[in-house]
Amino acid sequence: MPYIEPHAHMVSRTTADYEAMAIAGCEVICEPAFWAGFDRSSPQGFHDYYRQLTEYEPARAAKFGIKHYCWLCINPKEAEDAGFAREVMAIIPDFIDAPTVLGIGEIGLNKNTISELKIFEEHVELAKKYDLPILIHTPHLEDKLKGTKLILDALKNANVDPSRVIVDHVEEHTAGLVLDAGFWAGMTLYPESKCTPARAIDMLENFGMENIWMNSACDWGVSDPLAVPKCIQEMKKRQLAKDLVHKVVYENPIKFLSQSKNFKIDG
Amino acid sequence: MPNKEDILDLYFMDARCKLIDIAAFLDRLDRHEGNTDFRYEGFNQALNAMQNPGAVPRAQAVLEALSDHSEEPIPKATIQGAFGAPRLEINN
Repeated sequence: MPYIEPHAHMVSRTTADYEAMAIAGCEVICEPAFWAGFDRSSPQGFHDYYRQLTEYEPARAAKFGIKHYCWLCINPKEAEDAGFAREVMAIIPDFIDAPTVLGIGEIGLNKNTISELKIFEEHVELAKKYDLPILIHTPHLEDKLKGTKLILDALKNANVDPSRVIVDHVEEHTAGLVLDAGFWAGMTLYPESKCTPARAIDMLENFGMENIWMNSACDWGVSDPLAVPKCIQEMKKRQLAKDLVHKVVYENPIKFLSQSKNFKIDG
Repeated sequence: MPNKEDILDLYFMDARCKLIDIAAFLDRLDRHEGNTDFRYEGFNQALNAMQNPGAVPRAQAVLEALSDHSEEPIPKATIQGAFGAPRLEINN
C-alpha cells in the first residue's frame, strides 16, 4: 500500500533504509530539522545541516523514487542558549525559498524551560511572517503533558490558525487536548517510548480518523524506518477498512502538507 | 470492528508476556541490594492508576500518573533527557 512518511530523520539513516522504505510503498518522506544527538558548536554547523536537508537528502531519496521534503528550525534541545538559537534562526530565511521546504519545524519544548518557550514563540512568529505551516515536537515522557499544555497556550496567544499546525508525538493523555483545540495531531511509532502500533490504532478508534497522521520519526536512536508499513499491517489485523487505512497513512498527510506551497504529490 | 474475542486472540499472549515481565521486574528490584528512587514510586503510582483509572481510560491514567503536573516553565534545564517518571526536585 502506498504511504507517506511525514516525520523521519533520514540524515541519520542509511541508504538501505531508503531502499527498504521505497519497497514498502513509501512515496514521500518529510524530514523536520532536529537534534543530532549532540549539541552543534556554531551556527555554521546548522548552515551545513540545512544544506544537507535541502540539497543532499532530496537527491538521495530521488534515487529510490521517493520525494523528500523538509522543515527548518533550531530544535528545542539546542534552544536553551537563546543567543545561540537566535543566531541560528537568523540563517533560516536564507533557505526558506528552497523548493522542498515545507515550513517551520520541529519546534517545541524539551524540558519546558523559560528559554525554550521564548525561542518556540519566536519560531512561531517566523512562521507567521513567512506564512508557513508549523510542525511541533512535544517533550518526552514525564515532560510531555506539561509541555503540550504550554505549547497549546502559546499557540493560542499567538493567534495561529490551528489547521496549519501539527502537534507531533501525541499519546493518550495529550491527543484529546490537541485535537479538541483544532490542531492536527501526529502519532509516533517507537519501539519503547511514544506509542506502539496497537496503541496508535486504539487512539484512532478513540479520537477518530480526522486531522491525524502517524510516523516513525526514525532517527539515530532506537527507532524503525518501517514503523508505518508495520502499523498498516497491524491495522489490517484489526480489521480496519482499506479506505480508512489509506486515509490515515496517505490522504491525511497530503491534506495537511498541501497547505505548504512547495508540497506536490505528483510533481 | 473486531469483537472482544478477536482482541483477545490478537493481544492476550503479548499482554500476558508483558504482565509477567512487570512482575519479574518488581521481584528483581525486591531481590537486589540498595534503594529505589522516584521512578519506583512513579511506577507504583502508575500501577495503581491502571487499576483505579477513575473517569479516564487506563492508558491515559497511567501516562498522567507518570507525568509532571506542574504548570510553569522551569528557569533552566539541568539535563536534556527524561526519566519516564516525574522528579519534581529536579524540575522545580
